[in-house]
Amino acid sequence: MTRAGGWLVVVAALTLPLWLQSPYHLHVAIMAGIFAVLAMSLNLLLGYTGQLSLGHAAFFGIGAYTSALLTLKLEWSFWPALAAAISLAGAAGFLIGRLALKLRGAYFVLVTISFAGVISLVSINWIELTNGPLGLPGVPAPQLGPWSLRAKTAYYYLVLAAVALSYVVCRRLVRSRFGRALVALRENEPLAESVGVDVTHYLVLAAVVSAGMAGLGGSLYAHYTRFVSPEVFLFTYTVTMVIMVVAGGKGTLAGPLVGAVLFTVLPEALRAAASWQWQMLAYGVLLILLVFFLPRGIVPRLVASFPARR
Amino acid sequence: MLAVHDLAVRFGGVTALESVSFEVAPGSITSVIGPNGAGKTTAFNAITGYLRPTQGRITYDGVSLTGLRPASIARRGIVRTFQKTSVFPALSVEDNVLTGLHLRGTAGFFGVLAGRRRLVAEEHALAAEAAAILEFVGLTQRQREPASALPYGEQRLVELAVALAARPRLLLLDEPGAGMTGAEKIVVGGLIRRVREQGVTVLLVEHDMRMVMGISDTVIVLNGGRVIAAGAPAAIQVHPEVIRAYLGGSAGSA
Repeated sequence: MTRAGGWLVVVAALTLPLWLQSPYHLHVAIMAGIFAVLAMSLNLLLGYTGQLSLGHAAFFGIGAYTSALLTLKLEWSFWPALAAAISLAGAAGFLIGRLALKLRGAYFVLVTISFAGVISLVSINWIELTNGPLGLPGVPAPQLGPWSLRAKTAYYYLVLAAVALSYVVCRRLVRSRFGRALVALRENEPLAESVGVDVTHYLVLAAVVSAGMAGLGGSLYAHYTRFVSPEVFLFTYTVTMVIMVVAGGKGTLAGPLVGAVLFTVLPEALRAAASWQWQMLAYGVLLILLVFFLPRGIVPRLVASFPARR
Repeated sequence: MLAVHDLAVRFGGVTALESVSFEVAPGSITSVIGPNGAGKTTAFNAITGYLRPTQGRITYDGVSLTGLRPASIARRGIVRTFQKTSVFPALSVEDNVLTGLHLRGTAGFFGVLAGRRRLVAEEHALAAEAAAILEFVGLTQRQREPASALPYGEQRLVELAVALAARPRLLLLDEPGAGMTGAEKIVVGGLIRRVREQGVTVLLVEHDMRMVMGISDTVIVLNGGRVIAAGAPAAIQVHPEVIRAYLGGSAGSA
C-alpha cells in the first residue's frame, strides 16, 4: 500500500458513518472491524512465525466470556473488563505457547484445535458460570465517561480505535528485531538458533500477543451483540479468520485488513443477491479462484505490481 | 579456548563419535577432516548444542557447554554454519544479515511497543553494520535480492555473512567450500583468513585438501568416529594412518 493510499483508507474509515448512514451498513462495518482485529491477531502467528493456530476462536471466546461475565456477574464497567479479557486470553496464549514449545506444524495445529475443543466444552457444561448453551444475554453496552457507546456510530469508532491500536502493535513488533526473530523462526529455525535467536521465547511472546489481541476482539464482540453463547467457540470463526489472513496476504501488515473487509462484506453482498445455497456456492468458487490465481494473497500481488515500493 | 574431552555420540546402536578429544587454540584456524561418515558434522552438532552428547565434556574458556541450547551457545560467541546451504530463503540478503545481528540489538518487547525513539537510531546502526558485513563478503550489489534467488556459491556467502553478523569469537564452518567453483573457494579461503585476522578463532570442516592445507594451523583427522591424527598440515599429509584412511583399507568409514 502506498503512503497516499494508506491515508486515503484512514480518512475513509474515519468518515464512514457520514456517508454510510444505514444501520445495516454500519453493522457490517463494525463486524469487519472486529474481524480485522482477529485476522491481525492470527496473522501474527500464521503469517510471521508460520505456525497455524486452528483454535484461535478459543482466545476470541475467552475474551468474550471474560468480558461478559465480569460486567454481568461482578458488575464491572466495560474498560476494566476489556483489560481483563485481553489479559486472560493472553494468559491462555502463554499456556498454549508453553505447551507447544517443541511442537511445530501439524502438531501445533492439533494442540490448538484440542485446546479450543476443551474450552468450548467448558463453556457448554459449566452451567452455573456460563449458563451453558443458553448463553449470557444482556451484556451491557460500554460507557465512556457520561456517554453510552450503545449507538452503532459510537460503537463503530470504538472498534475502529481497536483496529488502529492492533495495527500499530503489529506494525511496531513486525518492523523490529522482534519481528525479524519471528520471521527467522518461520524461515529457518535451526539457522535462527545458530545466531542466538531464542525461538521458544519469541514463539511464546507471539502467542501471548496474538491471543490477547483475539481476546480484545472477543470483548468487543460480546459488548456489541450483547449476548455470548458457546457459539463464539465455533470452528467457523477460526476458519473465517484463516481465510481472511490467507486471502488478504499472510505475513503482510495490510493483508488481514483487506481480507477482513472483503470477507465480511462479500457474504453480506451475496446474501442480498442470491438465495442461501447460491451464496455458499459463489463463496466457495471465489475462494478457489483466489487461492488459484493469488496463492500468496491479494496484498503481495498488489505490492508486486508497484515495483517501486518495498 | 574450546576443549572437547572424551566426547561420544551414539544413535541407538550406531556409534558416531567415540572418545574424541581435541583442543582449539585461540586465534587459530583448525580443520577437522576425514572420510564421509567420520563424525565431523556430528562433532559440530554436539559442540553447538544441536545434539546432546552421550558422554564427554565440551568446555569453552573453561565453562561447560554441555546441555546448553544452541541459542545460548551462540550468545557465548560460538556460531556455526551448516553443511547444507542454510539461509532465510524468502528474506532479502540484507534482511538475512539483519536477522543475524539479532544479538547485537537491545530492543526489548515493551520498548518496541512503546515505539522508543532510541530504537530508530539502533535500527540505523544495525543497518550500517549489515552493510559493512555485506561489503566484507562482497554481496553489496545483491542486498535487495531474496536469498533464494542467488546462485549457490553466493548463498554460501550469505550464510557466512549471517554467521559473522552474530559476532562470533569462535566460528565453526561446516564445509564452506562445498559445491563452489575453484575461484569461489579461493575467495572463501581468503575471507576465512581475514576473519581470523580480526581475532576470530575458526574451526573448519572441509573436504577440499588444498584449502585445508593452505589455511589451517592445525588439522584434526577423524575416522570412524575417532581422532586418528592431529597436528600441523605438513605432518598430517605424511601421516601413515591418514593415508590409509583416505586410500581405503579402514573400517568404519561408512
